[in-house]
Amino acid sequence: MNPVQQYSTKLISEGRRLDGRKFDQYRDIVIEKGLVGPADGSARVRFGNCEVIAGVKLSVGTPFPDTPDKGALMIEVEFLPLSSQEYESGPPSIDSIEVSRVVDKCIRESECINMKDLCIEEGEKVWILSIDIVPINSDGDLFDISSLATLIALENTRFPALKNGVVDYKAESTKNKFSLLQKPILVTVYKIGNEFLVDITADEKKLVDARLGVTVLEDESICALQKGGDVALSSEDIDKMLSLALNKAKELRERL
Amino acid sequence: MSREDGRANNHLREITAKVGIIKNAKGSAFFKIGKTAAYAAVYGPRELHPKFLQNPKTGVLRCYYSMMPFSGVGERIRPGPNRRAKEISLVTEKALLPVVDLSDYPNAVVDVFIEVPQADAGTRCAGICAAAMALADAGLRMKDIPVSIACGLVNGEVVADLTYNEEASEGAVDLPICILPRTGEITLLQMDGKISKEKLMEAIELGKKVSHDLAQNLRNALLEKYIDLDNNHNKEDTK
Amino acid sequence: MGLLVENKNIVIPGDIIAEGMDYLPGENAFREGENLISSRIGLVSVDGRAIKIIPLSGTYRPRAGDRIICKVIDVTYSGWRVDTNTAYSAMLSMSEATSSYIERGSDLTKIFGIGDYILAKITNVTGQNLIDITLKGLGLHKLHPGRVIEISPVKVPRVIGKQGSMVTMIKNATETQITVGQNGLIWLRGRDPEKELIAVEAIRKIERDAHKQGLTDTMQAFLKEKVGDFNTTSLSDYEGGDQNE
Repeated sequence: MNPVQQYSTKLISEGRRLDGRKFDQYRDIVIEKGLVGPADGSARVRFGNCEVIAGVKLSVGTPFPDTPDKGALMIEVEFLPLSSQEYESGPPSIDSIEVSRVVDKCIRESECINMKDLCIEEGEKVWILSIDIVPINSDGDLFDISSLATLIALENTRFPALKNGVVDYKAESTKNKFSLLQKPILVTVYKIGNEFLVDITADEKKLVDARLGVTVLEDESICALQKGGDVALSSEDIDKMLSLALNKAKELRERL
Repeated sequence: MSREDGRANNHLREITAKVGIIKNAKGSAFFKIGKTAAYAAVYGPRELHPKFLQNPKTGVLRCYYSMMPFSGVGERIRPGPNRRAKEISLVTEKALLPVVDLSDYPNAVVDVFIEVPQADAGTRCAGICAAAMALADAGLRMKDIPVSIACGLVNGEVVADLTYNEEASEGAVDLPICILPRTGEITLLQMDGKISKEKLMEAIELGKKVSHDLAQNLRNALLEKYIDLDNNHNKEDTK
Repeated sequence: MGLLVENKNIVIPGDIIAEGMDYLPGENAFREGENLISSRIGLVSVDGRAIKIIPLSGTYRPRAGDRIICKVIDVTYSGWRVDTNTAYSAMLSMSEATSSYIERGSDLTKIFGIGDYILAKITNVTGQNLIDITLKGLGLHKLHPGRVIEISPVKVPRVIGKQGSMVTMIKNATETQITVGQNGLIWLRGRDPEKELIAVEAIRKIERDAHKQGLTDTMQAFLKEKVGDFNTTSLSDYEGGDQNE
């Protein structure tokens, strides 16, 4: 372990973080809604210095054959090289794929979107919902911040106008707002040594032994889980991490 | 002629410019003109791999232009390499290269990443303006701060800063241009459409004319990081 | 004709700073026809007939004699390769690592491993920016556990201050050991984690306000506000870390 890691680990064992936050404290959260013109819905979210933009684009397509009355959902997080010297140009890294899939599960498994609402003509035409999240400045992990940005972007999404069954890009958006059935919150809890933390920074990332991403619904039930990291977790660990996640989800939901 | 948004032919859309907005980067900037915006981030000078690309006399400049998937007026733009983005990356690099002096950094590379979060025509120009500020913000040696704008022909008249609708209109000519304001030299020149030589030169001259206003915007953004421009001083007073 | 700017004005690349042949271009300025032009964003510094621009931003230019904080990135047969926080890595040979004898073939990772931080001195820089460093010299050493932050290298002189006065003031006020590398890396370790954070805040404030006048007074007031009264005149008696002379 290098001297910086040694020092950070020592601080954590004394109940302190490098930036002085408490273990269960998120960085300052700043939220901006609906700022990107051409997008049907958008949001910009900051956790301290970490900043992401989420944008929603709706288009018309054919439904999957086994779900003729349901729309389609696609969520992708792209690690832009603009946002960090760690990211390279090129095909998605496994890390960015993991974030995409975890955020996707958060939205999909929570059933916060009624996919039947996205049906235009059964068997023929449905709405395809594409959500893209990109970091502008990446600092720490992008799980929680991306899913929060996604939710907020969805909340201010308006359906575009249709003309002859396709989107009329020349027309103004309709006033039809997207409606979410519920607001799932993704909280990722990290284990460093014997301590549990949320919202790690880039410096803290190197110290993480394991993490657990927990998607919490409004009734405090859990609809998705993702364990990451190289170290095993005991069931006692998981119990503690879940409790912390439930707590923080309540707090984050109030920010929406 | 009255333009769609009521502007005079030689007026630019409203501009917002900010510098130093991406903490991870050595230099960064945000440039918005009307509804078109671009971020730029500079990383480096850093080691250049593979080695055969290295230049022992000077550092190398690499530009990467990309549009965010939700930024376009039309359909979602699928992430990944596309020919238009590659071409814009190339002309952006050529627009900036004459201005930047990387001789202090043999064998190294300076990477400039440009991302467009929203587009309403003039995206490559906005990208170049953002990149120009980002390079200066990074402390690199430059001859001047290049500025870029799309001039052209709309309804037969020479105008500056075309919107998407103007560009798409019948008979419109789109002329993205990049100018070094002090000398009037041109480092980017492209054109789509049909135009007479006279109108073409008129459009270029209009570009040079508006480049001074544009340069002032970029200058203010760079200075604002250090001084309170409202006080109209260029020297911080003792507290 | 003549000077178009005043001393300490902030200029950007391309700004015309003087007209006519009376003035000479110093660092970061160049002549174009009859004019002198700034080539970087920085502060105008007029010295007689020479005008130079003190950069407000930029990378570290390695120079022999400078002390820099490096991170070991590779252990080779004959030494270590280190990251200098520039585009160029540096070589620390076995013979320059220590005055004690290192047996040929011994495990070099026992001395420095990958990820270790060292405070080294640059002994030589070639035309292609290849850098040689040494750890033999007063105050040069492997860094102990602590935090490492990065500031813009052009702000380092302001953080150090005249004869180390600024960094010493921060050390005293916050009871924090601080080692400043010319390449913009700074190592800190405080007795009290909260005061250590104040030291970090102070350094960041200097980085932001480096171009302003009266910085010493500003920082003194800032530190006083954060930690209360502190001894501004004498050096504290704990191990004060490195003196960057």
